[in-house]
Amino acid sequence: MSTTLFDKVWDAHVIRKIKDGPDVFFIDRHLIHEVTSPVAFLGLKSRNNTVLYPERTFATADHNTPTINQHLPVEDPLSVNQLKALEENAAEWGISHWGLGHQKNGIVHVVGPENGITLPGATIVCGDSHTSTHGAFGAIAFGIGTSEVEMVLSSQCIMQPKPQKMRINVNGKLGLGVTPKDVALFIISQLTTSGATGYFVEYAGDVFRNMTMEGRMTVCNLSIEMGARGGIIAPDQKTFDYVKGRLYAPKGADWDKAMTYWETLSTDDDAVFDKEFTFDGSAIEPMITYGTNPGMGTGISNNIPNAEEVEGGIDSYKKSLNYMGFAEGDTMIGKKVDYVFIGSCTNGRIEDFRAFASIVKGRKKAENITAWLVPGSHVVEADIKKEGLLDIFTEAGFALREPGCSACLAMNDDKVPVGKLAVSTSNRNFEGRQGPGSRTILASPLVAAATAVTGVLTDPRTLL
Amino acid sequence: MAYDKFQILKSTAVPLPIENVDTDQIIPARFLKATERVGFGDNLFRDWRYNPDNSPKEQFVLNNPIYKGKILVGGRNFGSGSSREHAAWAVYDYGFRCVVSSFFADIFRGNCLNIGVLPVQVSAGFLDKIFKAVEANPETEIEINLSTQTITILASGEKESFDINDYKKENMLNGYDDIDYLTKMTTEIKAFAKTRPF
Repeated sequence: MSTTLFDKVWDAHVIRKIKDGPDVFFIDRHLIHEVTSPVAFLGLKSRNNTVLYPERTFATADHNTPTINQHLPVEDPLSVNQLKALEENAAEWGISHWGLGHQKNGIVHVVGPENGITLPGATIVCGDSHTSTHGAFGAIAFGIGTSEVEMVLSSQCIMQPKPQKMRINVNGKLGLGVTPKDVALFIISQLTTSGATGYFVEYAGDVFRNMTMEGRMTVCNLSIEMGARGGIIAPDQKTFDYVKGRLYAPKGADWDKAMTYWETLSTDDDAVFDKEFTFDGSAIEPMITYGTNPGMGTGISNNIPNAEEVEGGIDSYKKSLNYMGFAEGDTMIGKKVDYVFIGSCTNGRIEDFRAFASIVKGRKKAENITAWLVPGSHVVEADIKKEGLLDIFTEAGFALREPGCSACLAMNDDKVPVGKLAVSTSNRNFEGRQGPGSRTILASPLVAAATAVTGVLTDPRTLL
Repeated sequence: MAYDKFQILKSTAVPLPIENVDTDQIIPARFLKATERVGFGDNLFRDWRYNPDNSPKEQFVLNNPIYKGKILVGGRNFGSGSSREHAAWAVYDYGFRCVVSSFFADIFRGNCLNIGVLPVQVSAGFLDKIFKAVEANPETEIEINLSTQTITILASGEKESFDINDYKKENMLNGYDDIDYLTKMTTEIKAFAKTRPF
């Protein structure tokens, strides 16, 4: 029988199927960080359980870490507690731990792929919804809650009903200045913030085939923003080339064996999905959001839609625009912006900083802009320096910070102040997401760069 | 750490007729810094509930004493966004045992079930009836019967059934959780793990 890529990977990990219930689902690799794991370890202890496979769990500190002066003691005592809890729990159970200052430290969804933790055909979970990122490699990867973190620690399994299957096809040639982020924001704007809830999404079509691994990670990362549990892209030569030789990737005969399996990982031609969408990639513009969920997005040259034109309740839509201080019919280009943030698990990789540099090179940061450039990991940070991008940034008046989740969720001090408007390459524009009262426009690194040098929301195509 | 049994809940309800309530609203990230599961209810809907100077926003429903009870009724697509289980903890810690909506985000729904808060998904029409009934009379009682999988607006007798899989239903009726189940399977899991290539 014809099956999908998703079925192949999912079914290979089911240990037991419960009648009218979830599957007992085996997890190959488990990522943990300081915010969603401490209570799981407490639960483990209170039940007198042990960590079943410590070698399958990997810890890094990212959500709650400062992005300047990481060599100094962390100031916030609550953050210190969480970082200490992660370190102590990892040490107690023999889990690998890349804490603050470690050369492999960085955002969990950046360091996983960098170190070959992320593999095709694997199941990967983490107490973070953007775990969907790892689907770029043909893995089944999704975010879980803390109770499930405890399940994985104590049993290497979780109990999950199998999601339905959706395929999203995007074909055609992307236009100038249109990046993977724009493709993802476009899809989310079409499906809405809940349009893929209950589904696992396979991305197919030449737009994704032609993307780099980093681009695919950006797309899969944002799957959760339309409600999908995860996204997946069939592995190909690019995937294998990316993975080969990385720290935790299989080596030697194990690599050959893995390759034999990985080459079977694609959707059969006549496999059927529960839902399918097809879009024309050539029609996608650089995208921006104008509201308070990622589904409220549009091409940068469009005006804000009227409440009647959009799906969902009018009151909620108006509440959202009211929070943003925008009005129906407003032109977005030219709106004065206060902050620009490039970073996060969505757009904090080297290609994102190259894109940012391509626009700010030879230009100057606008005076009204506070810019935060936050690499996704120390590896990305080192590459920025090695490739000469730091010199370009410095010349243009930008400073580079140290790795972490930073202003994406503003748990640390990187908070956009009340009422200020930020253009961010991150993943969520929820009310207060980047700090209480902050207002967020989500966009690509190119839009962020164009805005950073002009001081107003700017179409990057005018500067390319 | 399994939770209280959930069988029949009869309570007044707190209405929050807003769509796409994300978990950043339910509990903002800056309140995720605890290393123990305590006190999250104080910060439930923090930025909708309190001004920056910590004075209560009077118009917000949790600050309106006429609305109270163990049932939170939210608009469509409740609990979207971040996977933070802290959102479900905050709902529980505040005193809610059930969230009713016409549509739930997946991870939030799962997190609720894992800690003993029952997510009840009703039709858009029935949700509207609840909002109207509670608005007309905040003393309106709603009964949720997990055994029969029904939700009833007691004053009018209007009733709808809701879905929950048998496994989760048994768990909630008895106060068991998934870890209780999984830790009885260790031998089977270990045998399976040996077959994994990586």
